[in-house]
Amino acid sequence: MSDTPDPVVARNPSETVASFEHHSRGALDWVQHFLHRYPTMVPVIVLVLSLIAFGLISPNFFSAFNLSLILQQVAVVGTLAAAQSLVILTAGIDLSVGAVMVMVSVIMGKLSVDFGLPVPISILVGLAVGAATGALNGALVTRLKLPPFITTLGTWNIFLALNYYLSNRETIRSQTLDAEAPLLKLFGERFNLGGAVLTYGVVLMLIVFAVLWYALYQTAWGRRVYAVGDDPEAASLAGIQTRRVLMSVYVVAGVICALAAWSSIGRVGSVSPTSFFEANLESITAVVIGGISLFGGRGSILGPLIGALIVGVFNSGLRLAGVDVLWQLFATGWLIIVAVAIDQWIRKISS
Amino acid sequence: MTEPLLFARNLVKRYGRVTAMDHADFDLYPGEILAVIGDNGAGKSSLIKALSGAVQPDEGEIRLDGKPVSFASPLEARQAGIETVYQTLALSPALSISDNMFMGREIRRQGVLGKWFGMLDKPAMDAFSRQKLSELGLMTIQNIGQPIETLSGGQRQGVAVARAAAFGSRVIILDEPTAALGVKESRRVLDLILDVRSRGIPIVLISHNMPHVFEVADRIHIHRLGRRLCVINPKEHTMSDAVAYMTGARVPEALAA
Repeated sequence: MSDTPDPVVARNPSETVASFEHHSRGALDWVQHFLHRYPTMVPVIVLVLSLIAFGLISPNFFSAFNLSLILQQVAVVGTLAAAQSLVILTAGIDLSVGAVMVMVSVIMGKLSVDFGLPVPISILVGLAVGAATGALNGALVTRLKLPPFITTLGTWNIFLALNYYLSNRETIRSQTLDAEAPLLKLFGERFNLGGAVLTYGVVLMLIVFAVLWYALYQTAWGRRVYAVGDDPEAASLAGIQTRRVLMSVYVVAGVICALAAWSSIGRVGSVSPTSFFEANLESITAVVIGGISLFGGRGSILGPLIGALIVGVFNSGLRLAGVDVLWQLFATGWLIIVAVAIDQWIRKISS
Repeated sequence: MTEPLLFARNLVKRYGRVTAMDHADFDLYPGEILAVIGDNGAGKSSLIKALSGAVQPDEGEIRLDGKPVSFASPLEARQAGIETVYQTLALSPALSISDNMFMGREIRRQGVLGKWFGMLDKPAMDAFSRQKLSELGLMTIQNIGQPIETLSGGQRQGVAVARAAAFGSRVIILDEPTAALGVKESRRVLDLILDVRSRGIPIVLISHNMPHVFEVADRIHIHRLGRRLCVINPKEHTMSDAVAYMTGARVPEALAA
């Protein structure tokens, strides 16, 4: 494919079976091919550039405190973005992730505090509820053949309503949690790592991404997720049970949402049924900026992690520079549009 | 005479009032290239789908190696050794050649990593894919990890055929393999087909391209109005004969008698 030496992966020269047609290409063509091969490079470059830019603008930006704060701030949405990535890789979209997360956090809190269940049990129940919400979405998408957008628009509202019903719109306060269910706040706890203060929520996010990376690149399941997202018909003719793969994706996404719920309790410090109202859209933002194609089957799972960090860096940088909050939204909006435009451009390579 | 490897009698498939297959017969002998031709709507694809497991006939029997079979899905046909290269190729454009070769039948690592963590044996899969492509002379493919969408139409067809040849132990069905290709690439694919036959795997070739059919086929199955009209030897008949039989302009001598 490329007649230029590959800078990242050292290739065994004997692998070059024979020469390919060489045709001269312009610099732009080269960039297109490079990005096609390494789709995560777009968000990586954006992240590096924004770090440099904000570092120059505000001297405090590069403090260990600020950088670890950014990580803490993106931990919950980043974890949700991992769930969202899976669904988007199958050319779907999950608008319900935020509502599932909040509802599960309410269930974990209620069971532990009001019903006095041992906290590990309520956490397990919460994870099971997360899996069940995924199974519902997955069943609607694979059995009734409803478009994922409409399915999850519906379940988003349903889970939101259930969340208000279960919680009675009441917040479980931080002190109550400290007294009765401190384990629920585990992921808000801080530890020191070389001067930087991190939370276990950050660690959870990183572990979720690492596990997904392994599952997507090193197992047959992952290859099938990509194949189903890329071209479901081809995947099915090639012998893949596409419905089963899709179903598994929604269930795994649901479980990750439940993990994000646990993490969110630690981040907020309390169980609030009205928190993270825009988390679903923020997770989609991170995925899109991270270079995963909304058309499915393309992009690296590590992209959304970087995408979430980019949003965090922009928000933090602009805040430190004393810019009005509205410009954070403005910048995020442009990032999304540019990211999708680049994705379209990269995909034109197939010809 | 040798027994047919793949044999079908009296296959019937109805869709409501439409009869797609009307007591169709089919014979494929070991080591041959059998072309299946027929006008649009003659029921070729229903016949092929029945043989590849994509369609379940309402009546009739199919035998593979003399044993009665009934495939509930393409997967079952594949497991029995019947591989189909669809016109759409059924390749995932964004995935690598190696990923596509092994789609749905990936190799796992030995030991704990493979058993408990489902880890793929990528080096083994890459080596196997490279070997299979080289065997079929697809040497122009440089890197087994490159995505399908960066290949030319002929190369993609080549990968699909190589996949079928690698796993199709009994029969390979090719649906219009040259329809979307240019002259030069068609040439390569025809060579590929002959090459696969020389390995002893019989091939069912569905094609509209008469020159291609007459060039490679050992026998030509002509399908008309949902059933097999006749089987002709390309050396004894001309292309215009075949077209005339296919469209009903003429009746084959054997039947006219």
